Amino acid sequence: MKPTVELINHPQELHDFQVRLMIGAGIVLFLFSILFTRFYYLQVTQRDHYHTLAEANRISIFPLVPNRGLIFDRNGEILAQNFSAYTLEIQPSKVPDLDTSLDELSTIIEITSKDRERFKKLMKESRRFKSLPIRTRLSDEELARFAANRYRFPGIEINARILRHYPHGESLSHVVGYIGRINDNDLEQLENNKTLDNYRGSQHIGRIGIEQSFEQELHGTTGFEEVETDAAGRSVRVVSHTPPIPGNNLTLSIDIGLQEVAIKAFGGRRGALVAIEPTSGDILAFVSLPGFDANLFIGGIDHENWDLLNNSIDRPLNNRALRGLYPPGSTFKPFMALAALELEERSAQESMYDPGYFSLPGSKRRYRDWKLDGHGMVDLHKSLVVSCDTYYYVLANDLGINKINHFVSQFGLGKKTGVDIFGEADGLLPSPEWKMRRHKQQWYAGDTISVGIGQGYNLTTPLQLAFATTILANKGRAFRPHFVKQIHNNKTGNLKKMTISPAYELNIKPEHMELVHQALIDVTRTGGTAERAAKGAAYTFAGKTGTSQVINIKQGERYIESQVQERHRDHALFIGYAPADKPSIALAVLVENGGHGGAAAAPIARQIMDYYLLGKLPDSSNIEIIQDTEQHEHDHEHLHAHH
Amino acid sequence: MIKFRALWYYLTRYMDGLLLAGILLLMLTGLIVLYSATGANLSRVSTQATNMLVALVIMWLVANIPLQQIMRIALPMYLFGICLLIGVALFGEIQNGARRWLDIGITRIQPSELMKLAVPLMMAWYFDKYEITLRLRDYLGATLLLLFPVLLILRQPDLGTALLIAASGFYVLFLAGLSWRVIAGLAIAGAASVPLFWSFMQDYQRQRVMTLFDPSQDALGAGYHTIQSNIAIGSGGMVGKGWLNGTQTQLDFLPERSTDFIFAVFSEEFGLIGNVLLLTLYLIVIARCVIITANASTQFTRLIAGSITLTFATYIFVNMGMVSGILPVVGVPLPLLSYGGTSMVSMLLGFGILMSIQTHPKLVKT
Repeated sequence: MKPTVELINHPQELHDFQVRLMIGAGIVLFLFSILFTRFYYLQVTQRDHYHTLAEANRISIFPLVPNRGLIFDRNGEILAQNFSAYTLEIQPSKVPDLDTSLDELSTIIEITSKDRERFKKLMKESRRFKSLPIRTRLSDEELARFAANRYRFPGIEINARILRHYPHGESLSHVVGYIGRINDNDLEQLENNKTLDNYRGSQHIGRIGIEQSFEQELHGTTGFEEVETDAAGRSVRVVSHTPPIPGNNLTLSIDIGLQEVAIKAFGGRRGALVAIEPTSGDILAFVSLPGFDANLFIGGIDHENWDLLNNSIDRPLNNRALRGLYPPGSTFKPFMALAALELEERSAQESMYDPGYFSLPGSKRRYRDWKLDGHGMVDLHKSLVVSCDTYYYVLANDLGINKINHFVSQFGLGKKTGVDIFGEADGLLPSPEWKMRRHKQQWYAGDTISVGIGQGYNLTTPLQLAFATTILANKGRAFRPHFVKQIHNNKTGNLKKMTISPAYELNIKPEHMELVHQALIDVTRTGGTAERAAKGAAYTFAGKTGTSQVINIKQGERYIESQVQERHRDHALFIGYAPADKPSIALAVLVENGGHGGAAAAPIARQIMDYYLLGKLPDSSNIEIIQDTEQHEHDHEHLHAHH
Repeated sequence: MIKFRALWYYLTRYMDGLLLAGILLLMLTGLIVLYSATGANLSRVSTQATNMLVALVIMWLVANIPLQQIMRIALPMYLFGICLLIGVALFGEIQNGARRWLDIGITRIQPSELMKLAVPLMMAWYFDKYEITLRLRDYLGATLLLLFPVLLILRQPDLGTALLIAASGFYVLFLAGLSWRVIAGLAIAGAASVPLFWSFMQDYQRQRVMTLFDPSQDALGAGYHTIQSNIAIGSGGMVGKGWLNGTQTQLDFLPERSTDFIFAVFSEEFGLIGNVLLLTLYLIVIARCVIITANASTQFTRLIAGSITLTFATYIFVNMGMVSGILPVVGVPLPLLSYGGTSMVSMLLGFGILMSIQTHPKLVKT
């Protein structure tokens, strides 16, 4: 060991070095303590914050869409159901050139120009990153073809979806309604109702009818799955799984058999029919014609079909039974008759002479009876049976508009019935206040005269007429009309029956009710306006025909049906209930431009009543009833021969 | 038995037991964390183990070389390194927007790695040579020796390496007795030149500095690393999520988790307690190095040992500082833990020198 370097160690220099080395070591310690402070801050002080962030990184929540509740008719026949199908979906934001991709796609899967149009419409209404269907219900062959060519179509995928189907789509479109794709408006509304969370993953929402009005019952509760995902978004494992709760099933009061019989009975004519069980308010049939196929709307309706429906002169999208406003015509008379008796303006025995017209004192204007030469001597009973107009002109003039309005409004005419679907129209039972407010005009005595026979400013919906008829049938007891009978809770298994109790009761003397009731029975008998329609019925039924004017007939002119354009012809109306002694069905029928109520509307009512009263077997079936049924079928043929 | 003893003596003769133990413990920790960081990839772990073995052999070799020999290669090594750096500037390959690599036919080398040791060696040698007459002029000369390679590396651009080499050179200047007044002056001048420096920085470098202050402004870009590593560290909490259970690590949210960000993996899985233990282990190694430095007998050995020690501590601080979000993201590996052969070898080269200083007979005062 020999030193090769000469050492000169100045003690001062060595000391300086060691001091500086210690300063360096001190700085290192200081810096390490900064690190420690930082770790303490991150891992102790801020630990919860970073834990949350790490969890948010790690966990993705996927919604599990609940199955929508099913809808049944009163006998368990399915009206709205779900089925799963494969849909071909496109995420527009991931497809650079949509048209080219669609062209290519159509070489392996059939895509019609309608599909394209509908898709473009959907695209306009939806957000870009949403996956939108271009085709639904792919066949196995189409699935296989797409799977083989999948690599060619980034941003296009096949998904299994639950779709809605309405087996009686055309018959019940105005009752059941339909669902449509959720749009930005819906999202906003859901957000406002604080229910948006429950719609994560949902694609559809009820648009009209039961589907819309009972959305909360039908939708169900969205479940979710917490999935651990890696940085690339791939699922690694399922952390938790909360299953969705299917929506509640609804049982409607509708009898689909009756509904379809009613539609058939219209024979292609436009109109509306509402049949209600008077003792419960159950709506048995609810017809608005023409209808439309609700299934068209589910995946977003294409342009062509929409134009067809929307621009049709027959206005199939208009729910006539719920929103159609028509003068009640002579079906208004039973209520006027009750007013006369209750307000002691007329007694049953009082009669008057009908010369075929009525004129206000000091006026030359003649209010004509439908029978040119008049009905001769007419009392209250006859006035209903032959539907004498003059009697009611005089009566209306004697009562005055305020009394009429006040009394008749008790029957629900001219106001919403409170039925359990949205969109009901108000109707109108006129009053001087209303006229002043609406037209800034004084009420004239002549206005009252027209109101007396259900014309003039009078406007009611077929639903209101049917409701008013149930009050007649019930002798003054009013049950709110409704569609939903019971709700089956899919979560608890509970069956919630809608409670049936009278909404209100009218204070009308029984003998007055009886008078009108007897007159309405005679309407369907020999000499009555509905005589022909009721011929041979195996039960007694009560009713009132009506004809409501579409155009005003000038003074001195006569209305001759054959000379008037079809769409300017009178609407035919009929209200009725049966069996007369213990009514189980009450209804209102309206045939647009159908002409006379007795000829056009009453036969439809007859078919409904036959089907409902005779064509259906009670639970304790016996031989007599079966024979009745045969009889009923015979009646059917008989009636058809008549038309 | 005798033979075995002889072999053992031969092998451990120039080893420093405590330093070696610290190094081996850190390496073992590194392998354990790497196993988790690579998603239980044993082949990566064994590659790293091989790197470690190679580095240990190199350390052993260096420890066996007396310092006088090492001192002799300081100047040629420095000049060779400068030549290579010039070569890089002229013919270097561009990778990721920076010109750092030189293709010398057989393999590609990164000369800046070589300079990490060559610069302090050269400066220590320089001060040793002019030991008797140290004047300000000599410090200026040493500074030029430092600035020339630093500027070349800064041009590549490689800010992290340039700064670390500048630091290692500065430690030599500082330990060699650079006047406090000059240090203060430099500090003031440094602060004053920040705007100037800023204007010379590359866009991505500015971005890194900016994201330090607000990582969220570029959450998916430059800030992503910092945000994810902070989440990893913070969510580790006091005791950590447990080995192989770090969600940030195992689900790929943490970038570069086997190399520069391996500390975040450690921190997420072993928590604050693990961090304190790791810091303590590093401090033990540093303390041992400080003792070796304090006992060094010549100017050259003192300066090079001091510089190596402080540079080692600087690496730890800069790496942990950037991973925990208090320093900008510069590509600095965590010594002895990060995956990678080059940094492992250059670290152990330094420890080899320290062991050599400690174990070779000291030249005592005459």
